[in-house]
Amino acid sequence: MLTKRIIACLDVDNGRVVKGVQFVNLRDAGDPAECAAAHARDGADEIVLLDITATSDKRQTMLDVVFRTARCLFIPFTVGGGIRELSDAEAVFEAGADKIAINSAAVKDSTLIGKIAARFGSQAVVVSIDARRVSSGFEVFVAGGRIPTGRDALLWAREAAACGAGEILLTSMDRDGTKAGFDCELTQLVADAVSIPVIASGGAGSAQDFIEVFQSGRADAALAASIFHFGLENIGQLKRELQAANVPVRWPC
Amino acid sequence: MIAQTIAIVDYGAGNLNSVKKAFDYLGAEVVVTTQPEIVASADKIVLPGVGHFSALGALDNTGLRDAVLQGASAGKPFLGICLGMQWLFEGSDEAPEFAGAGIFAGRCRPFPSSVKSPHVGWNSLAIREGSRLLRNVTPDSFVYYTHSFQAPVVAATTAASEHGMQFSAVVEQGNIFGVQFHPEKSWNVGLLILKNFCEADL
Repeated sequence: MLTKRIIACLDVDNGRVVKGVQFVNLRDAGDPAECAAAHARDGADEIVLLDITATSDKRQTMLDVVFRTARCLFIPFTVGGGIRELSDAEAVFEAGADKIAINSAAVKDSTLIGKIAARFGSQAVVVSIDARRVSSGFEVFVAGGRIPTGRDALLWAREAAACGAGEILLTSMDRDGTKAGFDCELTQLVADAVSIPVIASGGAGSAQDFIEVFQSGRADAALAASIFHFGLENIGQLKRELQAANVPVRWPC
Repeated sequence: MIAQTIAIVDYGAGNLNSVKKAFDYLGAEVVVTTQPEIVASADKIVLPGVGHFSALGALDNTGLRDAVLQGASAGKPFLGICLGMQWLFEGSDEAPEFAGAGIFAGRCRPFPSSVKSPHVGWNSLAIREGSRLLRNVTPDSFVYYTHSFQAPVVAATTAASEHGMQFSAVVEQGNIFGVQFHPEKSWNVGLLILKNFCEADL
């Protein structure tokens, strides 16, 4: 039976793992390659590495980090942040990523999704969506959550899937870093709207939050960052609790 | 491990870095190649693949198809990964115009509409006794999949997984091996499977 995935996310700034609360207040949490390996040993099903302050002058630093992290990481490895065109994606794959995540660049030009998928396959293209609650539903934000687009998250997820995205990484900006639980309503709306897997993100604070996002949010995978870095919850413990709640997980592994 | 060269066939589809890295990690001598002559001179052949079945059409135009088939029929250990395993069957509904190698009977078809497709993530292996590729792999071990089409369970199937139906996870017959999942991304279980392939008799 297909299991629900637990994905550990490393937010990386200038070569170091950091994690903010609602995109600010960064704290240093270590070396990306070491963190990724430790999460894999703990039972993480995948690693996502997000370059949160991607700028062109730091691009090489990032590619070096991707290379070092990927070298001995034998679970799926996704890299996002600052990928604006096909050549950026090629460089990240060349450095060792299995999938890339694109956000702002895909909103700006949705054909980028198809271009990368045509070269590397849909399974290698994750479209990342940052959504915030508004009166009419959920709105897509870009540029690290700074710029509203006026676009509906549900419609954008459908369009991204139609363009060739292999997975949707869906972040609730309202919940990000709060540890108040995933936004199950948002997750379920998007999960029901597309046939490709949806990764829920933003708000993980307890095992119960994961159980809820898998059961009522119908997420295929759930992602968390700070909860794992500072040892607040061990992935093995989390998976045992998921198993006890009849959520299928890869455990023991 | 005996000195041997493993050719990873590059027919222009997707990213072969991960497969190469896993073999490098195991200390195997691997070469990623687009050249039929290099495939012909290798001791073992790996045919990876992601994406669309039609990508395999590139094998036909480049001489790689003949090199791979000749190597396989000469008894060289062959491992097809993902699309590379599907290629061992007669063909796929994903691209009916392209022929598979036809080593195993049957065609690759989509999953039933009752389940999500693509099938992405970790699923368990129901292992049949006597598998050489899965030697020392614990029953019900998890492996990582990402695919939209599946190959039927046949006589050569040595492990199956379930996603709305049973499908072939591993096929093996003599020197021919295929895995639908990605061993290079399946943690220690995957590395053990690749190690078993490295140790398969020449």
